[in-house]
Amino acid sequence: MSQLSLLIAKDISKRFGGVQALADVSFTINHGEIYGLIGPNGAGKTSLFNVLTGIYESDGGSFVFDGEPLDRVKPNEVAERGIARTFQNIRLFQNLSALENVMIGRHIRTQAGVFGAILRDKKTLAEEAAIEKRSYELLDYVGVAKRANDLAKHLAYGDQRRLEIARALATEPKLLALDEPAAGMNATETQALKRLLEDIRRDGTTILLIEHDMKLVMSICDRVLVLDYGKKIAEGTSAAVQNDPKVIAAYLGGEVALNLKGT
Amino acid sequence: MTANARRDSIPPKIWAGVALVAIALALLPFAAGYIGQAWVRILNFAMIYIMLALGLNIVVGFAGLLDLGYIAFYAVGAYMYALLASPHFNLHLPFWVILPLGAGLACIFGVLLGAPTLKLRGDYLAIVTLGFGEIIRIFLNNLNAPVNVTNGPQGVNLIDPFRIDAFSFAQAGNILGVPFSGPQKYYYVLLLLTIGVIVINLRLQNSRLGRAWEAIREDEVAAKAMGINTRNVKLLAFAMGASFGGIAGGIFSATQQFVSPESFGLFESIIVLAMVVLGGMGHIPGVILGAVLLTLLPEFLRSTMEPLQHLLFGRVLLDAETVRLLVFGIALVVIMLYRPAGLWPSAVRKRELEVARAPEAAE
Repeated sequence: MSQLSLLIAKDISKRFGGVQALADVSFTINHGEIYGLIGPNGAGKTSLFNVLTGIYESDGGSFVFDGEPLDRVKPNEVAERGIARTFQNIRLFQNLSALENVMIGRHIRTQAGVFGAILRDKKTLAEEAAIEKRSYELLDYVGVAKRANDLAKHLAYGDQRRLEIARALATEPKLLALDEPAAGMNATETQALKRLLEDIRRDGTTILLIEHDMKLVMSICDRVLVLDYGKKIAEGTSAAVQNDPKVIAAYLGGEVALNLKGT
Repeated sequence: MTANARRDSIPPKIWAGVALVAIALALLPFAAGYIGQAWVRILNFAMIYIMLALGLNIVVGFAGLLDLGYIAFYAVGAYMYALLASPHFNLHLPFWVILPLGAGLACIFGVLLGAPTLKLRGDYLAIVTLGFGEIIRIFLNNLNAPVNVTNGPQGVNLIDPFRIDAFSFAQAGNILGVPFSGPQKYYYVLLLLTIGVIVINLRLQNSRLGRAWEAIREDEVAAKAMGINTRNVKLLAFAMGASFGGIAGGIFSATQQFVSPESFGLFESIIVLAMVVLGGMGHIPGVILGAVLLTLLPEFLRSTMEPLQHLLFGRVLLDAETVRLLVFGIALVVIMLYRPAGLWPSAVRKRELEVARAPEAAE
């Protein structure tokens, strides 16, 4: 089981005051798949991300990641364990260059400390060179290498989203969690993003994808989890989920669903 | 940046520039001494302030943590030196032992301040650090009873100057036939220490750690999500910043040969912060410029305002001290209005990569 599954979530719950943001959500993500997470606005998608990445503490349930439990773990430890994320509202290091943003992603996989920084010994210099090289490769990989020396905040919107992915990839994740990467992108940019995601999967990183662009989700995700009001209402292949009356009801409203059933 | 600069050969023009600056810096105390020894002292103070401002710049400029009590670390370093090298406890340790001890103690105090304030930012952090600065000053003011540790408001007097065997940095004397005054001798010690502090700061900024600090400044949540242990990295910023303050304090003690709690008030903290902000937060050359300007400008105004009034009005209408603060205040407001990012803000650090040119050659 754990050989096949990268992430097992069991009965995850999260409550904000009177709002049950997540109610006993369970799912499993397999190695090497692109796993979609969809649902109407306020369904709890981002809350699930935040619980998974340690930004929120869950009220119940447990995660097993790569065969080891992942509970009450701080965000930086989650990153160290191999889950990297992007944010729904882009959170780049605005006043640093694109390259430096990615270099910061290498922090967790490198070692130099105060003395290394001050003394600049051979080991530190070699590490710095390796960080720069790898970061540049990642910028090239996501397609923003030309903007390496520009401030992150001066990048075009689509490029910022790509830069965020490069920064996340720099932490060498086993699971890359993307929160609406296609938001605000036009059709061409979305197509390019789709190719990028396919490349990332091909190169061995599992992807958890929150997305509102159904065309993208349905064309790229192996399996999809649908949330509504914090509850799991469906899970399965894109095709199965697409035709699930509960899903249609959640997205279009109950009556439309009934009408669809009738026809 | 520097790592790359090292790989490429440095053009001779730059060497010539460096040589010129070095000669200028070496001759500066004699030029200043020609005008008056007071100006050599002012130069020395400018360098102490550069160290302080660079230390504070780590906390405020790099890590983005607003610290209004920074002068406390300066006080810790100054008193450490004062108590270990004065007749007060009849201890006379050499300066090269005390300076690292002072830096270490200030470092510990930095962590003591940092630990409880890890979750605070902005205004809230400013208030707590302001309180911390005042606490240290009030402690120094009152630790003369029941056991007399700091000698209270009278301060510690007759502090040892820097001394290597019989060579004292405080006394005038000839070196190789050239007459040096005390402040001129100190100037060279300070110059070496300041250059050291600048190099360390440049290297810190351009390192894995420096980037982690800047990441926290830019977006703490994202920094955490990228795996940065924000708690440790912030504590390290406080500790590093404080230790530079401690070193500056030790030198202050030795050059003044007298310390009292008065020297470590809130106004001093604000002046150092103003140096960082005016110069350009997070930009080392800017911070140095800020420190030099804010040390020299008030002294310049002090020495010119009275003669100027005599010239214009035939008598002194306003006390020099008043005019000095007035002009100073106006200058600050004007600079902040027209150059909100500081006089010399940081530009994007360009990284000309070898990988960009020849991916396979880089290693």
